[in-house]
Amino acid sequence: MSHLQPVRTLVRRGATALGLIWLVMTLTFALLHAAPGDAADLLVAPDASPEAASRLRSDLGLDRPLPIQYGRWLANLLQGDLGESFQRREPVRRILAEALPISLWLGMASLTLTFLVGVTVGAIQATQHNRWPDRLLTGLTTTIYAAPSYWLALTGIAFFTYGLSRLGAPGWMRIPAFGLTSPASDATGLAVVPDLLRHSLLPVAVLAAIGAAGIARYARSSVLDLLHQDWVRTARAKGLAPRRVIGRHVLANALPPLVVLLMLALPGVVAGSVFIEMIFAWPGMGRAMLGAIAARDYPVVMGATVAYASVVVLANAASDLLLDAADPRRRE
Amino acid sequence: MTRTSRIALLLLATLTGAAILVPWLARHDPLAIDDVLRARLVGPLSTDEAGRFHLLGTDRFGRDLFVRMMLAGRLSLAIGVGGSLMAGILGVAVGATAGWWRGVFDRVAMAAADAMLAIPRLILLLLCAALWRPGTTTVVVVLAATGWMGVARLVRAEVMGARGQAWVDAAHAIGDPPWRVLARHVLPNAIGPAIVATTLGVGNAILLESGLAFLGLGVQPPQPSWGNMIAGGRDLIVTAPWVAVAPGITLILTVLAYTLLGDAWRDRLAGETSTTLRDRA
Repeated sequence: MSHLQPVRTLVRRGATALGLIWLVMTLTFALLHAAPGDAADLLVAPDASPEAASRLRSDLGLDRPLPIQYGRWLANLLQGDLGESFQRREPVRRILAEALPISLWLGMASLTLTFLVGVTVGAIQATQHNRWPDRLLTGLTTTIYAAPSYWLALTGIAFFTYGLSRLGAPGWMRIPAFGLTSPASDATGLAVVPDLLRHSLLPVAVLAAIGAAGIARYARSSVLDLLHQDWVRTARAKGLAPRRVIGRHVLANALPPLVVLLMLALPGVVAGSVFIEMIFAWPGMGRAMLGAIAARDYPVVMGATVAYASVVVLANAASDLLLDAADPRRRE
Repeated sequence: MTRTSRIALLLLATLTGAAILVPWLARHDPLAIDDVLRARLVGPLSTDEAGRFHLLGTDRFGRDLFVRMMLAGRLSLAIGVGGSLMAGILGVAVGATAGWWRGVFDRVAMAAADAMLAIPRLILLLLCAALWRPGTTTVVVVLAATGWMGVARLVRAEVMGARGQAWVDAAHAIGDPPWRVLARHVLPNAIGPAIVATTLGVGNAILLESGLAFLGLGVQPPQPSWGNMIAGGRDLIVTAPWVAVAPGITLILTVLAYTLLGDAWRDRLAGETSTTLRDRA
């Protein structure tokens, strides 16, 4: 193994990720052109005048042969040009750039909580294998995992806004259920944070509950596998407290598979976030995409698709690198 | 058969039976809206002013929720099972062809699978729903078109693993043509994981279908689907919670049953399947 190995791995992972993003772009282009109707009908705003429409067609190169259109579209994408929204008459890039941080906040907060809660619950289940806490938690996680996020969000809102006050809970316990901040709030800068956190409680909790339920199912079985390893017996034999065996030895070895799990959970969190953003009225990417679909604003729909896929591909590449670093056996 | 899979099968049989029978036996058309003012939002287990009993109450148009829910169940179950079955068959076909003959098809198919797996399935569904007209057929076709990749990868790996085995060489040696070796000898050995993945996929497909319907991009009203029924109860969640809660619980039970069934079959059939957390609604 040469000292260039890490660099080579990095380059290879990067190339794979770029290749995947290119494939996604190609697929999106192919879908747009496979849809009924001319792609021109889709990309030209419905209310455009005939002259403007034909000008836009030739501007966009929609009167050119398909391979040339494909080349131009790809070239524009690579320069970060995602076209212009029909609805808002703004570059798609700017619309997505406004929405992305909100979705990233929702996604990252939920994913972190998903990981912490999921692994903890899975580890508890594994140590209590087949006893009542394990059975109870298995029932709970399997049920939550079967629930649609939008339904959990709706019932959560009903309970925390209306149900709690019916039960006589004090006003401060009621959690805000809509928007990122209170409309009445005039806080700026860092003063927004407490309000933002309060507004994030319910959306993040719903998304994380579903993610954690999924992760716990797998964390349980991977910790169970590890508990039967020889080195666990050794750790026990030398008199370590059970909590220390689990905390230090088992979880450390369970980490690489758990990183894989986290990445497997990512598309689910992304999908869930679309519903959560819609229900809680968060102006994130999911809401931008749904709004664009309703308005038949195709450039935004295409742009959001490519953006979502890029996030997933980049996260996967990052987790691969992390695993390479954590597990020497993976390096070739 | 384990106790869990027996319970899951019983639950599914009851649901399917009720979905088929209840709307057929119902004395009242679940789509018809008549006396809205007198029958709307009747609570569960109560009788409306016309003297009709409603097991789960009525919605804002005075339609019986239980009957509508079972009618929706027909559609949701059919779309879920049909969509995943089509996805499974497509996956087996692609995976077997790619793994057995390799070559250009293998490269193209696997590249397409990688690209489609990189886009979260819901986003892919939304994209297709935006480009094509929303409706039942679109949902089934799109579920099949976006669900084959996992099965294809599993089957491809199994088929490629079988290629070097002695029993495959033996089948070649007795003069079977390659397609026959594939169909008669290799595929039956590779099909277990595909069945498990397809079963687990049904719950997933039902969730996605309901999600699209909830967003107004799937099954269109007045045709009921669990998703659009929940959407219909969205702004009633405080004043008439049963309208959204009842279809939600039915949906959860259905998905739960398919998950338990898939889990039980995985333990029996597959030994070790690559585990993927599903992309859900």
